[in-house]
Amino acid sequence: MDAPRSTTECIIEIRNLWTQFGAQVVHRDLNLCVHRGEVISLVGGSGSGKSTLLREMLGLEHPTRGDVRVFGISLRDGDPADLRGIRNRWGMLFQEGALFSALTVFENVALPLRELKTLDEALIYDLVMLKLDMVGIERGHASKMPSSLSGGMVKRIGLARALSLEPELLFLDEPTAGLDPDRSESFCTLIAELKRELGLTVVMVTHDLDTIVSISDRVAVLADQKIAALGTVAEVAAVPHPFIANFFQGERGKRALEGLKLPPATSRTPSRQVD
Amino acid sequence: MASSAAANPLFPSLSLERNADGQPIIRVIGAWNLRSIQPVADALRAQLVDAAGAATTYWDLSGISRLDHAGAMMLWHAWGKRRAAHLNLRPEHEGFFAHLQAGPAPADKYGKRVERRRRLWAAGRAIVTLGEHIIQVIFLLGRVSLAFLDAVRHPSRMPWREISANIYRTGAQALGITALVGFLIGVVLSYLSAQQLKAYGAGIFIVNLLGISVVRELGPVLAAILVAGRSGSAMTAQLGVMRVTEEIDAMSVMGIPYTLRLVLPRIIALAISLPLIVLWTNAIALVGGMVAARYELDISLTYFISELPNAVPVANLWLGLGKGVAFGSLIALLACHFGLRIEPNTESLGVGTTNSVVAAITIVIIVDAIFAILFSSVGVP
Repeated sequence: MDAPRSTTECIIEIRNLWTQFGAQVVHRDLNLCVHRGEVISLVGGSGSGKSTLLREMLGLEHPTRGDVRVFGISLRDGDPADLRGIRNRWGMLFQEGALFSALTVFENVALPLRELKTLDEALIYDLVMLKLDMVGIERGHASKMPSSLSGGMVKRIGLARALSLEPELLFLDEPTAGLDPDRSESFCTLIAELKRELGLTVVMVTHDLDTIVSISDRVAVLADQKIAALGTVAEVAAVPHPFIANFFQGERGKRALEGLKLPPATSRTPSRQVD
Repeated sequence: MASSAAANPLFPSLSLERNADGQPIIRVIGAWNLRSIQPVADALRAQLVDAAGAATTYWDLSGISRLDHAGAMMLWHAWGKRRAAHLNLRPEHEGFFAHLQAGPAPADKYGKRVERRRRLWAAGRAIVTLGEHIIQVIFLLGRVSLAFLDAVRHPSRMPWREISANIYRTGAQALGITALVGFLIGVVLSYLSAQQLKAYGAGIFIVNLLGISVVRELGPVLAAILVAGRSGSAMTAQLGVMRVTEEIDAMSVMGIPYTLRLVLPRIIALAISLPLIVLWTNAIALVGGMVAARYELDISLTYFISELPNAVPVANLWLGLGKGVAFGSLIALLACHFGLRIEPNTESLGVGTTNSVVAAITIVIIVDAIFAILFSSVGVP
């Protein structure tokens, strides 16, 4: 059932992926391997196809050509039963939370657990409360409707829901956008903790440099319709590419990178162009 | 259980043994993560309940290959929501139980919806809600009237484009469906009346019967009901979504009054297009009736058309068109009222749209009855 752990195993494998909307090519022959147990950040300018790539990894959209394999199962032509199975092994935090507006906070987080149909209500209740505690939501909010909560709270509840099935793979779309700095910080701590405790693999799309620097093991830069650079933050920051230079070596980038104690301008390691 | 455990080392299971001192010791082995335990959750729960009987039991969790919060929680429940007194576990699993121990004890049940109140309370609530609706509609009507007066004084502020777009949407695009329904009603009415009239040899009165009923009553009501279902629901949903996405707030912030830009054009447009739709429905229904009368009663089309003005005083037509104006403005007003009340969730959108259509159709019937009483002596030969 569980494949043996190894650092080189690809939990998500994208091979020769093309995405086209009409004549517009978004991804051209893109390749990417997400290793088990790592936190990988997808960065790129707006319109570079980050969100599309994330949706393709989740099977919400299909690439024009090429294949995405998650847990070794092809999202395009995998067996339907297998595909249903992997949906219980991953969790997704949508940018706006995507909570079900007709359900209470408690019911939102309990929904995936109840759908399993095998757990008793007492266990579900305590598990939901545990997840809400983990994301810092007070129990008093559990019976509220999502519409009466602030954007930051909706996001944290979205995370609790994404975590309710104890996923091995977690997708985050702009997880810290709209959170105050303090909450962003505790969000990063939480992800790092979960990764340590559960061996979670995290794929996140983000613009927040502090988040990238503090929790990513690797960064994949989407530019020019492919992965323009892939490696640790320090490695990627050193790649000579106009987008990367802007992104990492602007004022904000320098400040964030100072935390790494690697002056970005001087560490000219050989660029790691991938594929 | 033992055989499956042997077959698959990840299979979650537990076994009761006794140590050298004769103390019961429970060995928990396998993968205790949600994915592994959920297919056999019932069996495991039963085993755990059996095993957890004695307080002096030793728990050996060092055989657990994989653990997550669900698995830890299940064991926690078996221990009566506290740490087992004699526990041996891997250091890397310590975190899960430390977390559970630190967490506040679940007090009373949160997460349950507020229980249904008593019926009397619900009835009272319904009456209060009805009162709120009426007051809010009056407020909205007042604001729209002020916006209208303002626009009349400054014609440049009149939202002409929105009015024109709404006339097209609610009028021109509704011609097809109203024609179909009108024609069929005309045919059915004429056919059924012809059966009765033939029995008395009063076939030529079909002109009076059809003319009065269609022009005075059926045309306006039929058109209004169709438009309420078609355009009223669309208006409510559109305004509702604009409220959910804060577009209405964005307009207010820019200093554009939404009553002037969103509500007023809809009311004016429907007050113009509904009488036109009524005229159209009347005509098509009469054509349907004429065709059926031609075959059923041998009344020629030319006779029917030439006799129609004598049989139906023209006041009936004006009355029907007047009803069209009244129905149109009421449908649009109610649709906007319900649209502006929608709260930012999907359920409210559905309920609001349903309520809008139901209320619009009800008010159309009520106002029709008022018209019937007020104008009982008008247009009757």
